[in-house]
Amino acid sequence: MTSQTLAKAPSFSFRSMFMRDAEPGLKTSGNEESLSPDAPAADSDTLVSFRQVQKSYDGDSLVVKNLNLEIRRGEFLTMLGPSGSGKTTSLMMLAGFEVPTSGEIRLDGKLLNNVPPHKRNIGMVFQNYALFPHLTIFENVAFPLKVRNEGFREIRYQVDKALEMVQLDKFAQRYPAQLSGGQQQRVALARALVFKPQLVLMDEPLGALDKQLREHMQMEIKHIHQQLGVTVVYVTHDQSEALTMSDRVAVFNNGIIQQIDKPEVLYERPANSFVANFIGENNRLTGKLLSRDGEQCVVEMPYGEKVIASAINVGEIGDPVSLSIRPERVVLNDAALSVQNRFNGQIREFIYLGDHVRIRMEVCGTHDFIIKMPTSQFDSRLREGDVVPLGWAAEYAHALDPV
Amino acid sequence: MTDTTLSAPPLLTVDGTPLKTRLRHIERLNQFKSLLLILPLIAFLVLTFLAPIAAMLVRSVDNPEVAPVLPKTVAAIQQWNKKSLPGEEAYAALASDLTAAKEDPSQLAEAAKRLNMEIPGFRSLVQKTARNLPMETEPESYKTALVELDERWGDPAYWHAIERNASTSTPFYLLSSLDMSVNDEGEIAKAEPDKAIYLEVFARTFWISAVVTVVCLFLGFPLAYLLATLPTRQSNLLMILVLLPFWTSVLVRVAAWIVLLQSGGLINGALETVGLIDEPLELVFNRTGVYISMVHILLPYMILPIYSVMKGISPSYMRAAISLGCHPIRSFWKVYFPQCIAGVAAGALLVFILCIGYYITPALLGGPKDQMVSYFVAFYTNTTINWGMATALGALLLLATVVLYAIYNRLVGANNLKLG
Repeated sequence: MTSQTLAKAPSFSFRSMFMRDAEPGLKTSGNEESLSPDAPAADSDTLVSFRQVQKSYDGDSLVVKNLNLEIRRGEFLTMLGPSGSGKTTSLMMLAGFEVPTSGEIRLDGKLLNNVPPHKRNIGMVFQNYALFPHLTIFENVAFPLKVRNEGFREIRYQVDKALEMVQLDKFAQRYPAQLSGGQQQRVALARALVFKPQLVLMDEPLGALDKQLREHMQMEIKHIHQQLGVTVVYVTHDQSEALTMSDRVAVFNNGIIQQIDKPEVLYERPANSFVANFIGENNRLTGKLLSRDGEQCVVEMPYGEKVIASAINVGEIGDPVSLSIRPERVVLNDAALSVQNRFNGQIREFIYLGDHVRIRMEVCGTHDFIIKMPTSQFDSRLREGDVVPLGWAAEYAHALDPV
Repeated sequence: MTDTTLSAPPLLTVDGTPLKTRLRHIERLNQFKSLLLILPLIAFLVLTFLAPIAAMLVRSVDNPEVAPVLPKTVAAIQQWNKKSLPGEEAYAALASDLTAAKEDPSQLAEAAKRLNMEIPGFRSLVQKTARNLPMETEPESYKTALVELDERWGDPAYWHAIERNASTSTPFYLLSSLDMSVNDEGEIAKAEPDKAIYLEVFARTFWISAVVTVVCLFLGFPLAYLLATLPTRQSNLLMILVLLPFWTSVLVRVAAWIVLLQSGGLINGALETVGLIDEPLELVFNRTGVYISMVHILLPYMILPIYSVMKGISPSYMRAAISLGCHPIRSFWKVYFPQCIAGVAAGALLVFILCIGYYITPALLGGPKDQMVSYFVAFYTNTTINWGMATALGALLLLATVVLYAIYNRLVGANNLKLG
């Protein structure tokens, strides 16, 4: 079911600000980043590849069913999915803390299956930060360098630089418990990056932070990724986080990647009902396939209404179909005259949310059909109980597999 | 409404009392209520714990026997130069005191017994002298008369003994417990070798405790780690096995060890059947038996604090260390173990403190050379009824515990003490 869309992730030049030869005084800013010319993704661009990876804990069921995934050099790839979907297991197999039951994982062309985790040279950021509480911030960040027997001066230089990058250079002598959650997470980030791994894994690193701090950290991680050009594999169950940060998102469910693509493609052209429902808000109508003509199809609703939709994932004529329509793609009143699908709906409820208004309507037998309308375009004459015309373009109604 | 909210400080409540007074009143009431709740516990603790300890400490320096029986003598030898024999007035006072003391023979006997501790044979001297008093005719000089009665009265050592007991408090027992005594010159000196046994007993007590603690640590640490890392179902089962000894009486377990370890016992029998040994190993009624049994009894006290600390250490620390390139074994020592220190220290302290007070196990499973301080406390309490020595040894054990705790507090910090 994996979408075959060839999304081109922007690949950044691998220009580490940790590099010794870089002039220490020179600050790397985002503007100086030179984007490499868009070249088609070739095999040499692949950093990590999963081939037919399966994982079972009990021998009765597969947590990861058949994972085939190529992660490109320098890309920010997010594994998104509900809990138990196999995303964390996949990450742990890559890190080396879980062993694949079958299949192979390669890093930079080398088979990883028999490499113990401490020799994989992969940075990792954990959800609960996992900063060593008995060591200072400096010692925490210095840990991976000490393990690699770096010289004292080299360690000092690298740690100072890493702490500067996350703006915590003043906190070097404190202990983790003396820092706030966001600061601790930044230290964990510095620690995972300081030994210049070519791959950094993040396991729901922002899960323990409050909303505002989380959004701030999302941008910070994204900027650090852009600065360093390091490859990041990020696991989260928060779809907005995935959309905000990623070059590509792999949506997991039941141990299978449902779709892997750029965020906007996932949102605008979900490959199946699971992705449509999991990412963003969604109005779902069920009917059966009446006819199909290439990209377009006609779906008949239970009360006989016909909807023209784009056929993305449908079966034979007569098969049940689930229609997915984003709430912001539905238009009301006059605007509805110019679209292919036109219906009447009764307004049930208004929900005022400041920047937009949500209107709950009864349409085609569904009682919770939601329309999202920017407050600026909202017609304040509308009242609950009004019957108004509404509609949507065929391209915004996705005919998908039935749920 | 009222203008209290607008008025300048001090803030008043609606009825006009200052806010602070009112607050303090309410808080005091709450404190009083919570105090009432624990009042029975406080009373219980004071009666059964604090008061006995205080009594013990007092008893260890208490010296009530001699001074009340020989009040005039005690007063008379205050002027004594302590070099030669005391003067005539001391002898006269002694004769008068002993005569008077015959009214209450049991008190006299107590005093004689106490003096006998200082110099063996003093009891018979006192009893003999008292029997011969009062003299039929008032002698010209009590000094010559008493020396004539028994020449030991002409030895200053006996007078020094009385002098040392002139006060109702004495360092005698505490010093004896440390193999020391006050000599005739009034200086603290080492006791004679044949009396010096307690330092060895203390050294033995600390040695046995240290060995048991170290063995418990080596056996308990891996088990605690296993308990903390196993899945809940298995770890619960294992935990029950760890706690099982807790639910059995110490006496039963000691008896069981005797059955198992004795020369005709199960272990020797099994080893002989297998052919590993030709003659039975001596496993009991010696140090080996004491070690085996004490380690067995005290192991849970080591495991539980370490386990509770380990349980709180997230496995992601180890994973983080490994992902940063550290070998798993090195990660354990660098990252995991330092976080267990509080539990290890608490377990070791607990086991050691329990050990130095152990009595029943060495008494039943050890030989004469394996008895610890508590054995002598029991001996003086039950057999010779020498409260002074018993309490002095007890006080020194208490002191050792307090000192250990202070050292621990200095090294680890009492706030980090985690017992479960």
